[in-house]
Amino acid sequence: MKSYLYFKEEIIMDFNENFILGCSAIGAGLAVIAGIGPGIGQGIAAGHAAAAVGRNPGAKSSITSTMLLGQAVAETTGLYGLLIAFLLLFLKPLLP
Amino acid sequence: MGRSILLSSEANVDFMIHGVFEYELFGQKLWITTSHICLFIVVMIIFGFAVAANRAMKKATEVPGAFQNVVELVVEKLDGMVAGTMGKNAPKFQNYIGTIFIFILLSNFSGLLGLRPPTADYGVTLPMGILTFILIHFNQFKHQTPKDIWVGMCSPLPPWLPIWFPINVISEIAVPISLSLRLFANVLSGTVLMALVYGLLQKFALIWPAALHVYFDLFSGAIQTYVFCMLTMTYVNNAIDSDG
Repeated sequence: MKSYLYFKEEIIMDFNENFILGCSAIGAGLAVIAGIGPGIGQGIAAGHAAAAVGRNPGAKSSITSTMLLGQAVAETTGLYGLLIAFLLLFLKPLLP
Repeated sequence: MGRSILLSSEANVDFMIHGVFEYELFGQKLWITTSHICLFIVVMIIFGFAVAANRAMKKATEVPGAFQNVVELVVEKLDGMVAGTMGKNAPKFQNYIGTIFIFILLSNFSGLLGLRPPTADYGVTLPMGILTFILIHFNQFKHQTPKDIWVGMCSPLPPWLPIWFPINVISEIAVPISLSLRLFANVLSGTVLMALVYGLLQKFALIWPAALHVYFDLFSGAIQTYVFCMLTMTYVNNAIDSDG
């Protein structure tokens, strides 16, 4: 009787862990949605840079470096989301 | 249960930092990890280059040889980059920015040698962010009067109404964190992706991952190095001569 109870408890523990892992995976997927923002931002920056090169082809190199700098800074918010996803998937902070 | 769900049990995916050697210091368990070893290799490469460059420059010739030419090119480019951003404040910071540029660049490129890039360890990038933070505030206190700093910290509102002060303090603290997290997350994402490619497609990852290496190690690494140095220079320059 006692061993049966112990067995049942173990199953419940196992279910809890699996449930938490599944929810962590969903959370990681939701966190990576943060990539939408930087995507739009980088696209806007690249579009404006292309327009600027069209208007002033002589300044192409400085426009390109400015664009890359701005895009790399804009990328940061997306990378925060990615970091959260990595934390949830690989370090599993929610497991007891 | 110990495995993560993303990766199937057979997959040989490995991008974590491993402990190599354990030791105790003041009753605290510490580890020499793989990132220490990669860091050591990178620093030894830089050290060897520096010794060779020093030897080459000691017997420098009027018409430079091949190696002397490379060294002069590197120094000239780095100094030009700092001078282009910082203007008249450049000479004081050319050494620091050049050093940190070469270090981060080689750390990011070390993924090409099969090492785990040391910059994919938050313990490496956070101290660099903190160094930038110290540099910013040291120069701020050196070049501005306390009244200017107070006015700057209450900036959108008049100085007798410090409602914005806590928000400005938070934005100051966010500087090193965002600097270091940007570098760390970029390099880490490249490392994880390369580990997934090599681990999950073991036999099929033959020649084409070279293209991924070019993007994640060379392009992304160079861009992030440039961004880190550029932002450091901009922040320090703002701290030296801001209008309050």
